[in-house]
Amino acid sequence: MPIIVKVDICVGCEACVNECPFGAIEMKDEKAVIGDKCTLCGTCVDTCPSFAIEMTDEPKAVPAADLSAYKGVWVFAEQRNKKIVPVARELIGEGRRLADLLGEELSAVLFGNGMDAEARSLIEAGADRVYQVEDGLLNEFHEDAYADALSQLIKKYKPEIVLAGATSIGRAFVPIVATRVRTGLTADCTALDIDRENKNLLQTRPAFGGNIMATIACPNNRPQMATVRPGVMKSLLPDAARTGGIIKEAPASPLTSRTKLLETIEEAGHKINISEAEIIVSGGRGMGEKGFELLKEIADMLGGVVGATRAAVDSGWMPYPHQIGQTGRTVSPRLYIACGISGAIQHLAGIQSSDMIIAINKDPDAPIFNVADIGIVGDVFEVLPAFARKLKEMKGR
Amino acid sequence: MNIAVCVKQVPDASEVKIDKATGTMVREGVPAVLNPFDAYAVEEAVRLKEKHGGKVSAVTMGPPQAGEVLKHVVAMGADDVMLISDRAFAGADTWATSYTLGLGLKKLGPLDLVICGKQAIDGDTAQVGPGVAENLGLPFVAYVRRIVDVSGGKMRVERLIEDGYEVVEVSLPAVITVVKEINAPRMPSLKGKMKAKSLEIKPLSAQDIGAEAEKIGLAGSPTKVMKVFSPPPKGNREKIDGAPEEQAARLAEKLKALKII
Ligand SMILES: Cc1cc2nc3c(=O)[nH]c(=O)nc-3n(C[C@H](O)[C@H](O)[C@H](O)COP(=O)(O)OP(=O)(O)OC[C@H]3O[C@@H](n4cnc5c(N)ncnc54)[C@H](O)[C@@H]3O)c2cc1C
Ligand SMILES: Nc1ncnc2c1ncn2[C@@H]1O[C@H](COP(=O)(O)O)[C@@H](O)[C@H]1O
Repeated sequence: MPIIVKVDICVGCEACVNECPFGAIEMKDEKAVIGDKCTLCGTCVDTCPSFAIEMTDEPKAVPAADLSAYKGVWVFAEQRNKKIVPVARELIGEGRRLADLLGEELSAVLFGNGMDAEARSLIEAGADRVYQVEDGLLNEFHEDAYADALSQLIKKYKPEIVLAGATSIGRAFVPIVATRVRTGLTADCTALDIDRENKNLLQTRPAFGGNIMATIACPNNRPQMATVRPGVMKSLLPDAARTGGIIKEAPASPLTSRTKLLETIEEAGHKINISEAEIIVSGGRGMGEKGFELLKEIADMLGGVVGATRAAVDSGWMPYPHQIGQTGRTVSPRLYIACGISGAIQHLAGIQSSDMIIAINKDPDAPIFNVADIGIVGDVFEVLPAFARKLKEMKGR
Repeated sequence: MNIAVCVKQVPDASEVKIDKATGTMVREGVPAVLNPFDAYAVEEAVRLKEKHGGKVSAVTMGPPQAGEVLKHVVAMGADDVMLISDRAFAGADTWATSYTLGLGLKKLGPLDLVICGKQAIDGDTAQVGPGVAENLGLPFVAYVRRIVDVSGGKMRVERLIEDGYEVVEVSLPAVITVVKEINAPRMPSLKGKMKAKSLEIKPLSAQDIGAEAEKIGLAGSPTKVMKVFSPPPKGNREKIDGAPEEQAARLAEKLKALKII
């Protein structure tokens, strides 16, 4: 094991035991002992107040190739039905910031035929350049074709950083690309930055349902790749005066696909994509079946959508696509109103990156209040109808 | 059908508690369980076997005690198990994990289908499934919520997307990841439990699967964890007291001030 505890220095303070994210350290005879669950994350090395824990065999920094050959920040500009998804513009905003910090260029990668207007809009959104790959197979999402097209481009132009949205498309095919080009990929990031010392990309993401955060780097391989959670980065205001180059690329070898898309079905009643919703009015077991009608009414008035806990979905009060949390969707709205929700750890996992959380619960000790910006202790069946009346009154004015 | 499932042992999320005073996670003494998404993978594999015949093999990479999840999976109906366990694998990121699992899966001989969970609830990356597909050179479909039909070397599935689902046909062999909606995992049967009890698991080492040292464990992982920390507690917490009418009115005013109304 490359992490060792120097028993003569260890004072048995247990600081590492408490900090280990994986619960891998135990005390034996008042000394810390590192067990099998260790993932070599190094948290204990940093935590130990007595410097008794060391990483012996720190992996030698052997760059896989000449890293300086890789330049520029890329954003994968995902489109669905020829429309660029919001997270792509958010990433252009963030990518602009990173590119400026590095003093490099920002490029967008756009797939599909007949996308000239969208390519132009990416320049206006902040990109210096757009690589437009035109191929009929890329109009819709096919894992094989998307992975081939992006890997080919990366091998040809050698970008330093590649960002994509952590959407059902991005999370499905970007891992294939990273595996193929033999580089690291950090999933579902919520913060990005550049390390001042060595210019590496620092990628911060929640793990364990948002209960711990990890900052991850990819020091010896390029490009540095990340998928980023929708809704957390800020897009720039479009600027029609911006100029940039649009480069049309034909795939180096013809694209093929071993999957065939037969049909796309938008499910009735939830056309709205809850992962990208700005306002979510969410209900739990405390709402009861009837209560969800009230939530829908309030959500409509606020221009938002309805979310639900697993308990509510399991009771059949809302369909599964509305479920938020570890086994449902991850959301990052501007406002999350939690009604009759206890705040179980698995539910909180899905709402950590909300800008503001308001909780209404009759139990003052409900854990939801630990994460709420505004807490209302009260009965949802008293507070919410009054709130709905108030909203109507304000709208009527 | 010859089906393999990838299963992982993870800390039991329902046992994880938050320390009220510090707002940090209490990680000590949390029992380990089968990753909940992998239970859906196992269930689906067993159902396919029941319908089409064949066999289900379960593969895990992890420390020796990770073999416990293999017992659970056998109790649910899996036929064969493979535990890939070696100190040299410690510290593997998703790249190195996918490579390692890929080698293990290749040892199983020709497969028709590999099923993974959507994600493991400790890392939440959802990257190992697609990574395994690439290592095996097989087509991949993520977020499968229903297997509609398997016939003629093809499989038709429903893939969950943000605002609905897509019906996709994929040629076999293939790798898929599955979501909760796909099924309700069964309880282990008594017969299954008996079988699990007598199960002998011989771990395979890095050498046994023919792994290259520079592609496994910490050394083979392109990503490095720089820092692990607890999310900062949220400040400015505020309570709205009073009678319900008053609470509702003040909430509406707040939202108006925030320009939400
Ligand atoms: C592996 C695993 C994965 C899971 N994944 C998810 C997931 O993705 N998403 C998820 O949500 N859950 C998930 N869960 C379930 C989770 O642990 C909780 O059981 C669930 O979130 C609880 O939902 P709830 O808050 O609606 O219900 P409860 O915990 O029953 O809470 C109801 C709350 O309503 C309050 N209440 C009742 N009546 C009123 C009233 N009249 N006025 C005001 N307040 C009232 C009560 O005080 C209580 O706090 C998962 C569990 C496991 C084990
Ligand atoms: N160490 C492992 N052993 C076996 N299967 C794994 C392992 N890690 C991940 N998996 C599989 O890959 C899926 C996604 O995991 P992850 O990419 O870690 O979120 C899991 O649901 C498992 O099916």
